[in-house]
Amino acid sequence: MYVTIVFLPLLGFLVAGLFGHRLGPRGAQIVTSGFLVIAALLAMIGFADVALGGHEYRIPVAQWVSSGELDFHWALRIDTLTVVMLVVVTVISALVHVYSIGYMSSDPHNPRFFAYLSLFTFAMLTLVTADNFLQLFFGWEGVGLSSYLLIGFWYERPSANAAAIKAFLVNRIGDFGFSLGILAIFLVFNSVDMQTVFDAVPDHAGSTFSFLGYQLHTLNTICILLFIGAMGKSAQLGLHTWLPDAMEGPTPVSALIHAATMVTAGVFLVVRCSPMFEYAPLALDLVIFIGAATAIVTASIALVQNDIKRVIAYSTCSQLGYMFFAAGVGAYGAAMFHLFTHAFFKALLFLGSGAVIHALADEQDMRRMGGLRKALPLSWSFMVIGTLALTGVFPFAGYFSKDTVIEVAWAAQSGLGEFAFVMGVAAALMTAFYSWRLIFMTFHGAPRAAAKVMARVHEAPKIMWLPLALLALGAFASGFLFSDLFVGDGRAAFWGSSISAHGDGVLEAAHHAPVFIKSLPLIMSIGGFLLAYQLYLRRPDLPGKLARTFEWAYRFLLNKWFFDELYDFLFVRPAFRLGHFLWRRGDEGVIDRFGPDGISKVVALLAARLRRLQTGYIYHYAFAMMIGLALILTYIVLQEGGL
Amino acid sequence: MLGFPILSLMLLVPLVGVTLILLIGGEEKIVRRNSRSVALIATLFNFILSIAMWLSFDPSTSAFQMVEHHPWIGDKIAYHLGVDGISLLFVVLTAFIMPICILASWEAIETRVKEYMIAFLLLETLMIGVFVSLDLFLFYIFFEGGLIPMFMIIGVWGGARRVYAAFKFFLYTLLGSVFMLLAMLYMFFTAGTSDIPSLMSYSFDADVQKWLWLAFFASFAVKLPMWPVHTWLPDAHVEAPTAGSVILAGILLKMGGYGFLRFSLPMFPLASLEFTWLIFFLSLVAIVYTSFVALAQEDMKKLIAYSSVAHMGFVTIGIFVFNTQGVEGGIFLMLSHGVVSGALFLCVGVVYDRLHSRDIARYGGLVNNMPRYAAAFMLFTLASIGLPGTSGFVGEILVLFGAYQASSWLAFIASTGIILGAAYMLYLYRRVIFGKLEKADLKGLLDLSPREIMIFAPLIFVVIWMGIYPAPILDVLHVSVSNLLEQFNAATGASVGPMTGLEAGGGR
Repeated sequence: MYVTIVFLPLLGFLVAGLFGHRLGPRGAQIVTSGFLVIAALLAMIGFADVALGGHEYRIPVAQWVSSGELDFHWALRIDTLTVVMLVVVTVISALVHVYSIGYMSSDPHNPRFFAYLSLFTFAMLTLVTADNFLQLFFGWEGVGLSSYLLIGFWYERPSANAAAIKAFLVNRIGDFGFSLGILAIFLVFNSVDMQTVFDAVPDHAGSTFSFLGYQLHTLNTICILLFIGAMGKSAQLGLHTWLPDAMEGPTPVSALIHAATMVTAGVFLVVRCSPMFEYAPLALDLVIFIGAATAIVTASIALVQNDIKRVIAYSTCSQLGYMFFAAGVGAYGAAMFHLFTHAFFKALLFLGSGAVIHALADEQDMRRMGGLRKALPLSWSFMVIGTLALTGVFPFAGYFSKDTVIEVAWAAQSGLGEFAFVMGVAAALMTAFYSWRLIFMTFHGAPRAAAKVMARVHEAPKIMWLPLALLALGAFASGFLFSDLFVGDGRAAFWGSSISAHGDGVLEAAHHAPVFIKSLPLIMSIGGFLLAYQLYLRRPDLPGKLARTFEWAYRFLLNKWFFDELYDFLFVRPAFRLGHFLWRRGDEGVIDRFGPDGISKVVALLAARLRRLQTGYIYHYAFAMMIGLALILTYIVLQEGGL
Repeated sequence: MLGFPILSLMLLVPLVGVTLILLIGGEEKIVRRNSRSVALIATLFNFILSIAMWLSFDPSTSAFQMVEHHPWIGDKIAYHLGVDGISLLFVVLTAFIMPICILASWEAIETRVKEYMIAFLLLETLMIGVFVSLDLFLFYIFFEGGLIPMFMIIGVWGGARRVYAAFKFFLYTLLGSVFMLLAMLYMFFTAGTSDIPSLMSYSFDADVQKWLWLAFFASFAVKLPMWPVHTWLPDAHVEAPTAGSVILAGILLKMGGYGFLRFSLPMFPLASLEFTWLIFFLSLVAIVYTSFVALAQEDMKKLIAYSSVAHMGFVTIGIFVFNTQGVEGGIFLMLSHGVVSGALFLCVGVVYDRLHSRDIARYGGLVNNMPRYAAAFMLFTLASIGLPGTSGFVGEILVLFGAYQASSWLAFIASTGIILGAAYMLYLYRRVIFGKLEKADLKGLLDLSPREIMIFAPLIFVVIWMGIYPAPILDVLHVSVSNLLEQFNAATGASVGPMTGLEAGGGR
């Protein structure tokens, strides 16, 4: 069954990719979406079996690479952590597939689009079911590839092409760390099989090994290298710049890949490796710090963005930061819980915004929206549900998961935990502000779109409502339904041995947090709402005035803390300049000049008839070689005779 | 074992093809058609033979198989052929690439078709000869003789600056081969034999090894090519016709790597160990330096040529870390690169045939009217980048595993090549394939023809197969490689990696 779940999307990809032009758009849609729906249903059965029934499986598939002591197999590792991800990935993917039937209906490249979506799903499923680190890396790169293909789906747009390459390259920088981490794992543990490695981890606690000439703490180093990979994939501070640009892809892609599933792969990696991170205190501290810093920095950028998708994209970065610092303090269950609920409400927000964009003929700038509530009541209500869930209002999903995350940071009782707590609370305020700002700018106030556009605004077709409705249900109910299992009293039985229970004490302490701490996120959420209400509904002139008064701050945020400009200045342009320099000055200016060209000049001076030699070189060469050889052989023969 | 001398037969088949082509006469049109057909049939037949050879190969022994031994000159120089796990696959690769080259030249070559096909068939015999020779002098004849048809292919059917390119190629290789010949002579007179298996178990004096190693290195480094003797490669590629580039990148470059494995490691183990630092230094420079240079290229073929230099840097690192993963990875990467870079040059050839330009800026938006071409090009681009699931990944990751065991610095710097590799390849792909189809003359371009699909289909299959199920290839390598390393370790008395010293000295 689990093999079927993983390989159905691959089959869908192959069918739609190879025979797409024969099947036509409708055929490709039915095949890929149908397979995904089946996979999602099977995944739910698997969830019941493994997570609720307490079974675990290891399913070997085939041998892959074997060289010396290195021996990789394709195998599926099915435990609670896996099935949670299986459900998230297949369910969201199935819904996005169905939604795309409506959203992409006018696009001429339907089969290609659905083929890519299925390819992505397959890669993501191999990632979450990986039994060894190399297979994980296979899925890891596979999702990166599909992400690249889908960001650049509209290949005629230069901005989409640029964004696609940027996403791939920034991720490669993360992979640089990740692959070094895998190499180090093999060197230390002599295996890349997860179970073997995790079992052996306690033996290496506190040991050191030589890395880049330094004696370093083994597990800290390995975990930090792995975390660099996670930072790339999950768009954490420093390597986050690709995610907002990735919004160049079609909106269903943003929902599936760049909100609900792929970007959470980094969190998954840390949680999957929790038995290793437990023995890597420095790595965990780094995870907390980066997570908390990302949460606040990207939330601050989201405050002033005007592109509806970019606001949600920065919000995604920020929420991923929450998941990381929860994992960093050892509350892996809390991190996974937020990952789980976030998948629903963030996909809902993206698909909802997609409905808006669809209605406004591909307009994404919120400054040209407003007053759409009457025309788009369904979209409005879905977006509001998503926002309530994101900002953590009771009883929506975010209330349960985000509060737990903030509480565990408080309960960690460490300096960094406190830092994460403060940042998390502050970011919660910002989250509420930018989320409601988005709602108000889009749906309320006076319409700012051209009258011609407004006249043609219409709700999305029915096939797009169904996925939205199901996601809204998830955004509403996934919190209180699963809270007990993920982070509550049922957690020990639920997770089994799939995550390290080392940090369980933090979760326990979080449950006994004082009421003030527990209610702080909700207070922030209400505060953010009121602020946005004041600024964008009651006094719409205020934001402009504020921007003018604090212009430097506004510019700083609007330009995203100038990360892109900095990287361009530091890395991109120098790389091209260096390449040019090495080519013109190195290869041509030095090597050729003093090498073959120099010799040729000498030859030319001597013979002064280089031109006429032309292909004659070949014969000269052949001649010289043959004569030489003949002489030698003659000599040998003569000598032999003489002996 | 087969009942007939298969290796000699494989050397002979192309020559029979040559004879048949020479006999063809009559109208120009018929001559062309028949020459092409004969060349295709001969190369296909050889490919089938190579598969038969692979199937009858016994991977459980490191001894040479399908051996043929006949006295030749005196009683010390012999016509001695044979294959082991290391050379077998190079023979298969050669036989696999050849029919593809003939097909790729089907319409591209219009002048002197007869001579062209003869040159290619001769080249095939000589290349296979390199990989199956077990006698120094026989090897030398094949190794250097192979350059002659290659010079002709570049010099006669090449582009505008073909003379310059052929000349540069000539200068570099001449330099290398003179030293190698001198070394061979010395070995012959010292050891009293030119038999390669005997020489592999002969131990030369440690000081002598150094000089011999350097002499062979001069030749192999040029062939591979290693930095800084690589500058002939971009020019040769740019001027060569498409099929010439495919052979050059696919097979001729691999002779350098093969040479290290067949001569340098087993015959001069102490020197190999001593010069490891040199190899690592040059390889790392090659990886980083040429990757940056590739980023700045404006000519498609040059870009891919520079990427070849970078990939060969990985190969040499793999060979000289002296562990199973490194060596097997190095060999695997050579095989993979043979297929992938060949395929990439064919991709360039497809548009070059249509528009006669290799200038990247001339293209853009080809995905609009050439979707099949775009898909094939994408796959080979990804394989070049080393994406898991393609052949490039298996080779690269094995080399990195091997390299890391020797030194984390080595793996660290080499890994940067992977980032840069993605940068220049995707940047190339974007400029050629993506974007709006705006240039008028591009709009008329047709997608892959059935002949071109026939060329690419087997390449696509091999790239994915090697990436997902590389076991049949690695299984052939295991015993021979472990034997090579055992011999090496016994000779050097080093079972620890050579880099432990460097690791400690690298920083504190």
